[in-house]
Amino acid sequence: MVTEVKTETLVEVRNLKKYFPVSRGLFKKVKNYVHAVDDISFTIKRGEVLGLAGESGCGKTTTGKLLVRLEDPTDGSIYLNGVDIATLEGKELKRFRRNVQMIFQDPYESMNPRLTIYDTIAEPLAVQKIGNIIERQERVAEMLRLVGLTPPESFLFRFPHELSGGQRQRVAIARAMVLNPAFIVADEPTSMLDVSIRAGIMKLMLDLREKFEISYLYITHDLAVARYMCDRLAIMYLGKIVEMGETEEVLQNPLHPYTKALISAVPVPDPTYRREPLEIKGMISRPIDPPPRCRFYDRCPIATPRCEEDPHPPLEDKGGGHLVACYEV
Amino acid sequence: MEAARVRYEPLWKVRLRLWWRSFLTNWELFRESKIGPIGLGIIIFFGLLAIVYPILMATVWDPAIYDPVTGYDWEVPMHPSPPSTKHLLGTDPWGRDVFAQLTYSTRAEFFLGVFAAFITVFIGTLVGSISAYYGGFVDTFFMRLADVVMLFPMLAFLIVLSAMMDLNLYSLAVVIGIIGGFGGITIILKSQALSVKVKPYIEAAKVAGGSHFHIIVTHIIPNVLPLSFLYMMFNVTGAIFTEAVLSFFGLLNIQMSWGIMVEMANISGYLIGENVTRYWWLFWPASLSITLLCSAFYLVGRGIDEIVNPRLRKR
Amino acid sequence: MALLDVQNLTMHYTTKKGDVQAVDDVSFSLEQGEALGLVGESGCGKTSVAICLLKLLPDNARILGGHIYFKGQDLVPLPEGEMRKVRWKGISMIFQAAMNSLNPVHRVGDQIVEAILTHEQISEEAARERVVELFKLVGLDPERMNHYPHEYSGGMKQRAIIAMALACNPDIIIADEPTTALDVIVQDKILHEMDAIRKKLNMGMIYISHDIAVIAEVSDKIGVMYAGKLVEFADTVTIFKRPVHPYTYALMHAFPSIKGEKRELQSLPGEPPDLLNPPSGCRFHPRCPYATPQCEREEPRWEELEPGHFVACWNPLK
Repeated sequence: MVTEVKTETLVEVRNLKKYFPVSRGLFKKVKNYVHAVDDISFTIKRGEVLGLAGESGCGKTTTGKLLVRLEDPTDGSIYLNGVDIATLEGKELKRFRRNVQMIFQDPYESMNPRLTIYDTIAEPLAVQKIGNIIERQERVAEMLRLVGLTPPESFLFRFPHELSGGQRQRVAIARAMVLNPAFIVADEPTSMLDVSIRAGIMKLMLDLREKFEISYLYITHDLAVARYMCDRLAIMYLGKIVEMGETEEVLQNPLHPYTKALISAVPVPDPTYRREPLEIKGMISRPIDPPPRCRFYDRCPIATPRCEEDPHPPLEDKGGGHLVACYEV
Repeated sequence: MEAARVRYEPLWKVRLRLWWRSFLTNWELFRESKIGPIGLGIIIFFGLLAIVYPILMATVWDPAIYDPVTGYDWEVPMHPSPPSTKHLLGTDPWGRDVFAQLTYSTRAEFFLGVFAAFITVFIGTLVGSISAYYGGFVDTFFMRLADVVMLFPMLAFLIVLSAMMDLNLYSLAVVIGIIGGFGGITIILKSQALSVKVKPYIEAAKVAGGSHFHIIVTHIIPNVLPLSFLYMMFNVTGAIFTEAVLSFFGLLNIQMSWGIMVEMANISGYLIGENVTRYWWLFWPASLSITLLCSAFYLVGRGIDEIVNPRLRKR
Repeated sequence: MALLDVQNLTMHYTTKKGDVQAVDDVSFSLEQGEALGLVGESGCGKTSVAICLLKLLPDNARILGGHIYFKGQDLVPLPEGEMRKVRWKGISMIFQAAMNSLNPVHRVGDQIVEAILTHEQISEEAARERVVELFKLVGLDPERMNHYPHEYSGGMKQRAIIAMALACNPDIIIADEPTTALDVIVQDKILHEMDAIRKKLNMGMIYISHDIAVIAEVSDKIGVMYAGKLVEFADTVTIFKRPVHPYTYALMHAFPSIKGEKRELQSLPGEPPDLLNPPSGCRFHPRCPYATPQCEREEPRWEELEPGHFVACWNPLK
């Protein structure tokens, strides 16, 4: 029986790795590995929103899946309330799921179209065998009220296709909340919604954080959204975290050349704003059996011979909790 | 936030109501397909025909004369005799009423078709869903098995089997059902199950703590079932037709069926030359029935296709 | 004379459930060498306007009224045969997610050559030479002409699509969400290149997007659409700094920005309306915080508030 310890640090990830095999053929023993997540570590405090940002293929979605155990880590640990969930199995894994839930990106595909809203939100309760039918209905109604879908009775027995994108995403949030988790992984929850709807969803998530002291891992490719939602921000590149710190600090005072490139590439909704010129070469690639040097070496505008010879730089605190993985800072 | 205690309707009532509403919507779509209702009409017609037999037997008909296998009408001088008021479709060379034979067989045909198709689809759905969900060795095994089953001609196999064992209606249905169940249908249903397996709501169910069993039963199979039901219609067609062919060759241990009716006419020489037109009641009712009922199920299947495959719908 | 002058364009889709009023009384103009941004949320009609300009309408769509003056000629009554001469050579289009519609079994270069040969009477060699020039223009290595689409990255595919749109030297290119599927760094490069090409060839461009940040970067003028109607039209700076329509204002404030002051995000209550049965009067009135009874009764007129700044609102903001 694992005992949970309630501490200020809710989630601690240490040296997390996920490698996917790319097999060459049925009989070839030699295999390549995609280093999707390559030795990352971070912590999330109770009630904190940590943003995980980066371009496609950087490993942020895989990290999210590792944290909810949709994927099993190749190596490393994930501590939740002091318990290493990376290696849990069976009943204990099922129990731990009450503490960590996920909000998916696509409000149209993350719900079974043949199940009613009630069934969708109640599924975690049914699977975890919590409550009887009456209690479940009440709990679901309570969740619907919580996410602003009132009156709940008018939503309970409708089908997903009868709801708009924004409403569906609220249902997704209700489903994530129904087990009363301490930690939610949100995988780009607003990127497929209309602009005027996004703010409502983001506000709802922040409200829930206030009320229930929930922590979020907020995965996004949109730095502007990360600025609005996240307390701290981590920038990922090819499976590594290259910079991490307080959001405002990272965005206004970026230290890593990749972060600088990323920020200068983001369009600003202000026609009078002049962006800094983009300084980055080449194109993003897949991290298949990467050499041990800095992952960003091929594209870095300030790379030195040291960057090619030495292994990938470790994350170092450059002051005030602002961590950077770079030799040239 | 204290919420007022709301009285909730019992869940089963709500589900029933929702099911009824979706049934009505689907019925509308089915009607619009035009060919679906035609098929359904034909099936209903044959359904009535099947009911006619026991009713007539219990009331108007004298079993000694009208029994489809053992009846004999002494009053008519020459057999086979053409249709008359007493014998709506005439009599066969052994003096038995053709109309009685037709209606008697209808029930058997329905039973055979539906039972075989049900077994096929039951096995196909299970195998397809499990193959898709687990992948790996299980998947490869069943897919290779399907390849093998599809390779050998079902009809030839059944011919051989009929020599080795006694095939009556039940055993035939079971054999057709089982062989069909591991064949091509598993590939089709597996691909449908696969398209469900990769949807995010499956991941959501896993994150909630759902077991493999829960996911297969709650999510995968219900989303595969419409397609299963569709293919069941096409399988009924196949089963009825297979039986007709086997009966025609006299390979089955069945006493009376439409195929047997055609076979009887054939072996007594009434299908040759001008006999076909002169003794038309020996051949046409039975073979038309086979064709019509088979087509009917096919048409219903096409009608259901409109519901299952929303892309087929006209704007 | 403006290069493109759209007046009172109206288009409906006929469906079983009724008429979807996709585009209603839309008017705007585009000068040579100018970039116009059409911005709005899903279902607002911006893509519908684009397919009207090219008259690439599906069977159940009909232009009910209005004029599309392209170089002085009205395209609306133009028969299909004549319209084919305008497409691709006069106005061409980059469709949404076009990079996914490159035929996977043909080489990329061949596909562009084919596009050229379909619209122009030149030899295949001449077409191939032009493709080489186009590739250089969009920043692709001409050696890549003989590769297949799956050998291209997302950014490269989009560049190939741009090359295809430029193939017949059009006067106007319509780009519908040209960078939505791309990563932000690639998006930045592509947008700048498109802008450079436009200026170099002095072409007109119409950008369609829901992302106002992208539109702000590349457009000289902006048209804001809502529920099939154009609600405000002005040059870019005016739209951002002095919007007068409540929807424009709300849209501007619904976008978080990476620079500048960190501010509260505005969200609009309700949903974009159903175009089968749009609200009476001003289509925005159910969600507008400043709505008056007049807004519910009457549709606001399209008025020029100040030179070049148009709006349709009974109570424009100050």
